[in-house]
Amino acid sequence: MGRPAAHPFGGLWALRRYVRPYRTQLLVMAAGAGLGVAASLVIPLVTMAVINGPIAHRQVGALAWLALLATAFGIAQALLMFTRRWVQSAAVVGLETAARNDLYAHLQRLHIGFHDQWQSGQLLSRATVDLSTIRRFIGYGLIFLVVNTVQIAAVIVLLLRLDLGLGALVAVSTVPVAILANRFERTYIRLSRRLQDQQGDLTTLVEESAEAIRVIKAFGRRRLVFGRFDAGAVQLRETAMAKVRLSAGFWTALELIPNLVIVAILLIGALAVGEGTLTLGGLVAFFTLFIQLEWPVQSLGFILSSAQEALTAADRIQEVFSATSEVQDGNLDLNRPAGRLHFEQVSFRYPGGDRDVLRAIDLDMVPGETLALVGPTGSGKSTLVQLICRFHDVTGGRITLDGVDLRRLTLDSLRRTVQLAFEEPILFSASVRENVALGWPEADDQAVRHALEIAQADFVDELPYGLDTRIGEQGQSLSGGQRQRLALARAILGAPPVLVLDDTLSALDVHTEARVEAGLRQALRGRTALVVAHRPSTVALADRVALLEDGTITAVGTHHELLARIPAYRAILSQAQEAEGGADRPAARVR
Amino acid sequence: MTTTDSWRGVAAEQQDDLPQAATLFLRDRSRRLLGSLLRPYRPAVAALLALVVLENLARLATPVLVKVGIDSGIPPVVHGRGATVLITVAAGALGAVVIQAACHRTFLLLSGRIGQDVLLELRRRLFEQFMHLSVSFHERYTSGRMISRLTSDVEAIDTLLATGVEDLISALLLVVGTGVLLLVLDWQLGLVTLASFPLLIRLAAWFRRQSALAYRRTREAVALLIVQFVESMRGIRAVQGFRREERNQAIFETINDRYRLANRRSFRLNAVFGPGVLLIGNVVIGVVLLYGGYRVLSGAMTIGVLAAFLLYLGQFFEPMQDITDFYNTFQAASAALEKLSGVLEEAPEVAPPAEPRRPAASLGELEFDGVRFGYRAAPVLDGLDLVVPAGQTLAVVGATGAGKTTLARLAARFYDPTLGRIRLDGVDLRDYAEADLRRAVVMVTQEGYCFAGTIADNIGFGRPTADRSAVLQAARAVGADRFVDRLPLGYDTDVGKHGGRLSAGQRQLLAFARAFLADPRVLILDEATAALDVPSERLVQRALGTVLAGRTALIIAHRLTTVEIADRVIVLDRGRIVEDGSPRDLLGGSGRYAALHQAWLASLA
Repeated sequence: MGRPAAHPFGGLWALRRYVRPYRTQLLVMAAGAGLGVAASLVIPLVTMAVINGPIAHRQVGALAWLALLATAFGIAQALLMFTRRWVQSAAVVGLETAARNDLYAHLQRLHIGFHDQWQSGQLLSRATVDLSTIRRFIGYGLIFLVVNTVQIAAVIVLLLRLDLGLGALVAVSTVPVAILANRFERTYIRLSRRLQDQQGDLTTLVEESAEAIRVIKAFGRRRLVFGRFDAGAVQLRETAMAKVRLSAGFWTALELIPNLVIVAILLIGALAVGEGTLTLGGLVAFFTLFIQLEWPVQSLGFILSSAQEALTAADRIQEVFSATSEVQDGNLDLNRPAGRLHFEQVSFRYPGGDRDVLRAIDLDMVPGETLALVGPTGSGKSTLVQLICRFHDVTGGRITLDGVDLRRLTLDSLRRTVQLAFEEPILFSASVRENVALGWPEADDQAVRHALEIAQADFVDELPYGLDTRIGEQGQSLSGGQRQRLALARAILGAPPVLVLDDTLSALDVHTEARVEAGLRQALRGRTALVVAHRPSTVALADRVALLEDGTITAVGTHHELLARIPAYRAILSQAQEAEGGADRPAARVR
Repeated sequence: MTTTDSWRGVAAEQQDDLPQAATLFLRDRSRRLLGSLLRPYRPAVAALLALVVLENLARLATPVLVKVGIDSGIPPVVHGRGATVLITVAAGALGAVVIQAACHRTFLLLSGRIGQDVLLELRRRLFEQFMHLSVSFHERYTSGRMISRLTSDVEAIDTLLATGVEDLISALLLVVGTGVLLLVLDWQLGLVTLASFPLLIRLAAWFRRQSALAYRRTREAVALLIVQFVESMRGIRAVQGFRREERNQAIFETINDRYRLANRRSFRLNAVFGPGVLLIGNVVIGVVLLYGGYRVLSGAMTIGVLAAFLLYLGQFFEPMQDITDFYNTFQAASAALEKLSGVLEEAPEVAPPAEPRRPAASLGELEFDGVRFGYRAAPVLDGLDLVVPAGQTLAVVGATGAGKTTLARLAARFYDPTLGRIRLDGVDLRDYAEADLRRAVVMVTQEGYCFAGTIADNIGFGRPTADRSAVLQAARAVGADRFVDRLPLGYDTDVGKHGGRLSAGQRQLLAFARAFLADPRVLILDEATAALDVPSERLVQRALGTVLAGRTALIIAHRLTTVEIADRVIVLDRGRIVEDGSPRDLLGGSGRYAALHQAWLASLA
């Protein structure tokens, strides 16, 4: 783990590189905030001067000057606030954006094993919620943590000088407010998290109910599913009510304490004026200054807890940034690869696994050969296929392409040479063209159409906007067979020397499958192909078949050889026998 | 759409998940929904209004009391005539403060409870409605939209109820109340102060318009950002396998930059609006000092009034921010309400009967009588007549698009025919009570859906009242026990989300066990073995004999393996029956089935 040296501010300190370009702006923001506070402090003091001076002594001229002075400071305060916010708007959004770009780039480079462990939702919350938390803290919290502290201290000093007793009272009253705000925020965040979790659970339930609507309808289980949802919704309401109760108490207290102080100021202050220890102007200034104190004290509590939030958020982001890819890029480029693929005593074990999923795999595929990989569910077919693109690295032995260990090749060169189609087609919310030309953005329409043709994906022409139709979750929905054909077209495009098809035809109906296979037969000519197959018709595409059982190759030969020799192979692939048996069975259940 | 966005392609259907154009007025159906949700709380809402008025009256009282304290309370103290007035005023202020706090707390608790009750009711109604609406609705609507209705839209209303309404009412009362009090205290100075009001309103109106636009743009940008991010991570195998990283990065940075600009714009709006309000407020303070000070020194006004003015000004300008914030909340909520009321007013296409009927005898005879059905304009089935006698196993074969699946779904009453009728034991499916129909007819689909939970839970879904031994028996009957017994936790094994820890074949076996447990008179298998590999298919094939025994069955199949166990086969072509007979007879002939079978045998070679 490339974790930086331990620092009290951990992940937040590690993110300082994003702040650095905006140092000047941050300084301007801090200066603006400080001067703004100073200006706001002057206004009550001028008020006091007005009441004690011109009004008490009936000097109209002095009144005008002082009022103008107050106005000038008022305008200055507004301008400073404007400057600070304007500068802030560019700076903090800029640093957030830069960090998000880097996070995305880093995630794209991380190995598949990392992504298998992390849900996309967890990564998303780091790229959105956590980055926003940090943005708010840097743009607002950090500055006001300093400015508010200074403001509170300055106001209290001023108040103490106006009236020692009252000032002390005010000073003391700030303590419970700040503590309350901080404690509230922490409990609030805890409750919010619980609420989010429960909302997440409820969403999962909704998602499941939406996807399973046919099963629910088919069995008439509306009531049952509603009952589950209802229990979740009621629980959600309980947590939300706990939040309401907490907030109600807190916001009331937050208002009540300063209001009580105002009553005390009114009583004690007025008595002091009566006794002549405080001027009338002083009393009015006391009120206005005190009102100015309210927000900084309250916000100090929030800012302290938002600092804690930002620290946690930064640690969560750093957790991702400090992960390194376990699949290292090589430095060799293949020039005109022939496509000889050789597995030499390959074994593989998933990180943290207790046994090898693949062991002692020896397979040699000559350029231009098509090899079918057959095996029961769970025998390791998909794992084996993933090793060829280096989604995982072998843990024993080696795989070579044209005699070069895959790990020595650049990933770009390797993945240009080897292209694969998955059992579960992955489509993106983008145009058909973009989805097919995923690896070759420079491919023209003709190339795309040619690939679609081989894959029998002629349905594209019937989509409302043809190649421009948006598909994927945010677009036109396609059937499983249509999705598989697009994935196949994607793999064929760019004429890769090595093609890997991981059971790509499973969702096609018999007729379409036959047509696709005819197209494939042409496309496979002249290139090396590994085809994971479940059905005899797919196996028919291959020159040779390898039988994978429990993580190791147990037989290699032609389809007919294996069918004749290997009972295990017959069990997996021979549908015919079963079908004939079924037809010959006496129709026992005709009633 | 800009050219840089061409990679996204053109959406064929309209997306309704983005905020819609702002409007202050709710449409009829939204208003009806809101009205029906709030109706039970009418007295409580009235109490809330009373509370918020009382609270703000108390809030407004404090500065007045300060004024009275300064003008009438201090002079007696100065002249040694005691502090009675001052203490009375302070006591009054204390009372006002306590009343304000009590009202505020009660308001927050009460409104919070009403809000949460309304939300619970809304969630219940929505989910109930979604469960009620027909399969064809769900096919159109997609799960993603159903999820957003029940999450982000409900949350938008939550936000409105939780903060929006109280902020708005308080802010309005405070602004109006303060304005009136200023005029009462000293109308000349009050008028001068209120002269700033038109300016404030114009500033707020400008901000409201701009921020509505900015809000919309930000939502759109972030929605796109999230889609791009999540899809890249979920599809990381395709991204890396096809060297997509570079182009993805370029696309992401474009989107991210658009989000940055949208964000910057709304921040800048705030950078203008907040200081703008402050500027007006501070200038007014200067004017109050000048003109108010002049009036005090000329004896036209007391110092107490001046102090009260300065205190009021503090709370006069602050709520402006709240009022404009409210607009954003309201906008989001009204768009959400619009979508929610749309869903709630949707009538189920498959409606329950007014007077449910029951057949004289429950045998399982299924009859299609002149059935016509079309998804859009072109009919998929056109005048189909078919009688499936009780206990018969009927296989339906034909090319893709021949209408096989439609036939199955009509029999399960996922849809209703446009013309003609489907009868079970002589009673139209539309006349069955839902519970009766679902007990009689069960359909097993291709995907073999598994719910998150244990294996026993998943089988038990077929008959929730079944005890453990019945569940085990069902598993044994279809042969699922063999793989379940090998699992460390057996029937208590958690199958994971979507049954991810099981193979497709195992999931399908559970689906069969579920159907066996439900024990329907009519069982429909819609390509139930299509997604399986050969060994799994063989396993399922064996189970079928047990599952189908003693009931009517409709088997839709691509692969002909399944057909062999049928008593009778029909071949569908473009919605019509072109062949009908026992598998043996059809095989012997020279029709379509024989040709299909020939082609299939050839594919096995």
